[in-house]
Formats: sequence, structure tokens, C-alpha cells
Amino acid sequence: MNLDLILGILQIVLIATTPLVFAGIGELVTEKSGVLNLGVEGMMLVGAVSAFIILVITGSYFLAFFVSILSGIIMSGLFAFLVLFLMSNQIATGLALTIFGIGLSSMLGKQYIGTPIDGLSPWFFVIFSFLIVFLVSYFFYKTKAGLILRAVGESHNSAHALGYSVIKIRFLSIIFGGSMCALAGSYISICYAPMWQEGMTAGRGWIALALVVFATWKPERVLIGAYIFGGVTILQMNLQALGLRFPGQFFSMAPYVATIIVLVLISSNKLRIKLSAPASLTIPFYKGR
Amino acid sequence: MIRIITFLSTFLVFAFGSAYADPKKVGFIYIGPPGDHGWTYMHDVGRKYMESQLGDSITTTYLENIPENADAVRAIRKLADSGHDLIFTTSFNYMDQTHEVAKDFPDIKFEHATGYIQADNVATYSARFYEGRMIEGHIAGHMTETNTIGYIASFPIPEVVRGINAFYLAASKVNPDIKMKIIWVFTWYDPGKEADAANTLINQGADIIVQHTDTYAPCQAAQKAGVYAFGQASNQEEFCPDAHLTSIEDIWGPYYAERAKAVVDGTWSSGDTWDGMDKGMVVMSPYNTKLMPASLIQEAVNMEVGIKDGTIHPFTGPIYNQAGELVVAEGEVAPDGMLLGMNFYVQGIDGEVPQ
Repeated sequence: MNLDLILGILQIVLIATTPLVFAGIGELVTEKSGVLNLGVEGMMLVGAVSAFIILVITGSYFLAFFVSILSGIIMSGLFAFLVLFLMSNQIATGLALTIFGIGLSSMLGKQYIGTPIDGLSPWFFVIFSFLIVFLVSYFFYKTKAGLILRAVGESHNSAHALGYSVIKIRFLSIIFGGSMCALAGSYISICYAPMWQEGMTAGRGWIALALVVFATWKPERVLIGAYIFGGVTILQMNLQALGLRFPGQFFSMAPYVATIIVLVLISSNKLRIKLSAPASLTIPFYKGR
Repeated sequence: MIRIITFLSTFLVFAFGSAYADPKKVGFIYIGPPGDHGWTYMHDVGRKYMESQLGDSITTTYLENIPENADAVRAIRKLADSGHDLIFTTSFNYMDQTHEVAKDFPDIKFEHATGYIQADNVATYSARFYEGRMIEGHIAGHMTETNTIGYIASFPIPEVVRGINAFYLAASKVNPDIKMKIIWVFTWYDPGKEADAANTLINQGADIIVQHTDTYAPCQAAQKAGVYAFGQASNQEEFCPDAHLTSIEDIWGPYYAERAKAVVDGTWSSGDTWDGMDKGMVVMSPYNTKLMPASLIQEAVNMEVGIKDGTIHPFTGPIYNQAGELVVAEGEVAPDGMLLGMNFYVQGIDGEVPQ
């Protein structure tokens, strides 16, 4: 093992993990406000395809990311409208959003498949992903607004009684989550694997969802968890390439197994789950009750 | 008056009905989207070729992104229920699902790609891609400077293992010091993971990337890192012009047209087709003249000729397995049975096939 090899591995891990960090931190903020959005994969795909299309048409990276984030806001805004105002079931609506996103992105991207583009260097986004985690952490634990958001997620009735607008706060949290997911998607189609292919996020949205549970709803732990998930994948590739006997199948399912283990652990102690999972998660809020 | 019109129109329908037989319906099950510019893309090119050859005597349908699980049963059944006469299932792991549905529809003809089990109404077909792997191996043996080849493998099925062995046998013949680094990614289709695997191999010193997955992400990664790569299933040169040496192209069109014609004519019968370069089912993309010396291109072309006329076979003995046992004797070629069930690495490749 020489230094170049290790630095190389580190680079690949950083590039591969960044989309998980973006999507994970976005979903964490949404869930902290008490809303579970299972539409991560769908929003990532729509974000990926819209960034790609805008880049092909305009050639501007800035516009590509801008429109992509806009698409995330629209997708998550649609979800927010359904679950906050029409009180639809969050789980079913989130799943529908993913299915809708998969279909919509395939339809929009049809004629752009196989269009060659120049990829963008990922490093700005890699650094930004660290920054955003620390900003979210600071926001949650050092600002009043963060405290209010957490309060809404823990007990929306109490927050409402204190005069905070539960709907407005949740709406903004959902929109933030959506824009982060779209950013994760556009990072994939512009930086990570510069191309558009149907379903190219290949399940990373689901890993991001698992990540939030794995992180027990703590921002720094999303970062740590993402790097464990991403690092394990790249590490096993390296071990395989070094010719070691290695069960690659096992590592393909490792993130999900790890999540189930964490779920078991945190539910084994009632106090611990109370400390971590937002108490109002997935419970709809009826105003005036 | 109305009665006359009704009579006339009925008469016309019958007249035309007898003059023009209903077009036969041909359905396809795809593992990925037709736009992957790889495996599924080439099946779709084949489908379109079939349409262009047979014109109005057939209509075609396809279902894309069908996972290789119980969903495939539903998808195949859907095509069978909607009156298709011939159904192509275009991935290895549709095998059980194809047979399950075929049992219930004895009058419908099924064609299962890369499979090895036939039935009265289920034929199998595949291409001898390993012939192309041999040429790639030969080229790689000459082109590598680090003597390290990075190979991105999908699933440990005979098709993939055969490709690795054919590649290595040819590469080690021209360059005995060559080392293969193999990463199994356990997916056909995940651009991000394919790029990760390519970058990992390059980081470990590979200067030629070979892939058996479906997108052009590995070739793109090679281009970015300044190393060479072979494309997969279709000509991928436009995505990585400075890395792409050649690709193995899968040409399904003529086979699809022939089989559909047999259904139209009522002469279809089950069987197993395994054609290679001689029948034009496997074709090498234009060799990259910017990157490869002319003499090497000539050698590759000569190999193609040899494979086509049968004087060259990628699995010509002596071939040893990793334990050092002779599996193909000197001067003999591996029988198709051994190739179809190949689940071991030949001597010289490190690691073992995942089980």
C-alpha cells in the first residue's frame, strides 16, 4: 500500500458518497419536521434529468443546477401540498412521488439519452456537502428557528399552541429536502457519471432514506453513515481488485442490513427511540384541534 | 340503406381479411431501457431491423426495464395474454420465468437470449461474444504498459466468466506478464457504480479497462483518467474517443428477422442458436486508428478472418484451470458444453469466481 493508492481510494470514496450526503441531509431535515417523504429516488431522478437537459440546451452549468433545484422544489412542493393541505397519507404519497419521478424523468430524458456532455469537476460539491451538514447541524442545535423546527417534528400540537405555523415550517422543510435531493441527482448526471440514463440513480434514494434511520436523525451521523456506506462499497471493490476472496454480494446489501440492525438497536430501548426519532413523524397535523 | 352499407362493409372486411392475413405480433422483454447504448440498445436495433425487413407482416411491442424476478413473469404473461405470437426474452435470468409462462401458452413461440434450456415452444439463442473478447485480449496484451488489465464483471454466470477467460488466454499469449484485476459489481446497470469500479481499477494501476456491464460510464472514466478502454455491446467511440479501442457489437437483427419470418410462414421450430463472427452476429467496432498502431489493427483483422473461417478458436488447448489441471488438451478446442457451463477461471487469473 503506498500513499498514492490510498489517496486515490479516498478520492473515489469522496466522489461516490457525496450524492448520499446531499439526499440524506435533505431527507433528514424533512423528517425532523415530522414528515416522511419516500419520494427521494423520484426527486433525484427528476433533478438529474432536468440538470442534464438544461446543460445540453444552454451549456451553462449554473443554469443546469439552478433549474434542477427548481425541479426539486416543484416536486417536493407537490408532495407538500398533498400531505399538508389535503392530508393524504405520507407513505403512499411519497411512494407515488418516486414512481411518478421515475416515469417523468424517463419521458423527459428520452431524446437526451446518449448525448455526450462535458462533466463538471465534483470537488466544489464534495466540499459543499460537508459544509451543508455542518450548517444544518448548527441550524438545528444553535438557532431558535432550528429549535422550532424540531419542536414541530416532536409535537406539532404543542408547537401550534405556542403560536408557530406548523404547516409553514413543514412546507419549508419539505422544500429544502426536495432541493437537496434534486442537487444530489444533478451531481450524479453532471459530475459523477456525466450522462443521462433512465433510472441512473440506481437505488441511491433508498439508501439515503435508510441513512437517516441509520443516523438516528442526527446530521453529523448522516455524514458518518454515508461515508461508512460509500466507503464499504469502494473498499470491497479494492479488495476484489487486489485479488482477495471477497463476497461482493454481501456488500451490495450491507447498507440495508446495517439499517435494519440500527432499527433493532434503537427500538430495543424505548427511551432511545424517543430521543432520536421525531415523535410526530408521519402523523398528519389537523389545524384547530 | 343502412342494411346495404352494413352488408357491404362486412363483405369488404372479409374480402380484405382473406387477402391480408393478420400481422403477427412480436414482443420483446428488455432488462434495461433501449437507450442504454449497450445490451438493450442493440436488441432494440435488432427489433427495428426485423420491422424494416418484414414490413406489414408483423407488428412489434417491447416492455423495458423488467427486473429479473417475479415481475418478469407478469410482463411475459402480459405479452402472451395480449395475443403475441413470438416473444423474445432478452436476458439470461429470465430463464425460469420464460419457461413458466411458456408452459401455459403452448401455441406461442418463445425465444430466450443466452439461455441453455429449450422446450417445444422455447428456443434459445446467443452470440459467441467470447470471439470478440479474444481479439480484445490480444489488443490489450500489446497496448498495456503497466501489464495490468482492469475487468468490470457483472454477475458470475458462464457468459461473463467465458469472456474473462477468453480475454486472458489471448492477452497472456502475447504478454505473459499480464495481470488481471477483476471487480464483480453485481449489477448490469448502474452508471455510478460502474464508474467507481473503473476508477478503482485505474487507481490500482490498470491502464486498460474492459467491461461486461451495460453503460458507457467505464469508458468515460477511462477517457478522463487517460487510459484505454473497450466499449460494450455497441460502438461507444463517440462517448470516449481518446480511450475507446474497439467494442464487441451484438448484431441481433438478421436472427430476429429470420425467426419472425419463420413464425409468419409457420415454419418455426425450437432449437438452440449460438452464432459468432462467421454469421455476423458478433462484429468488432472500427478499430481506433488514432490510438492503435496499424500493424496491431492488421493482426486484429487477421484474427477476425481466422475466427470466421474456423482456423482460430479462442479456447484452443492446452488450457489449465487454476488448480493446474489440464481441461483442454493440446491441439483440441473446448467443446460447446464446457463453454456453456464455464464457471472457473483459467490458470493465471487471481482470485476465484464468486459463488
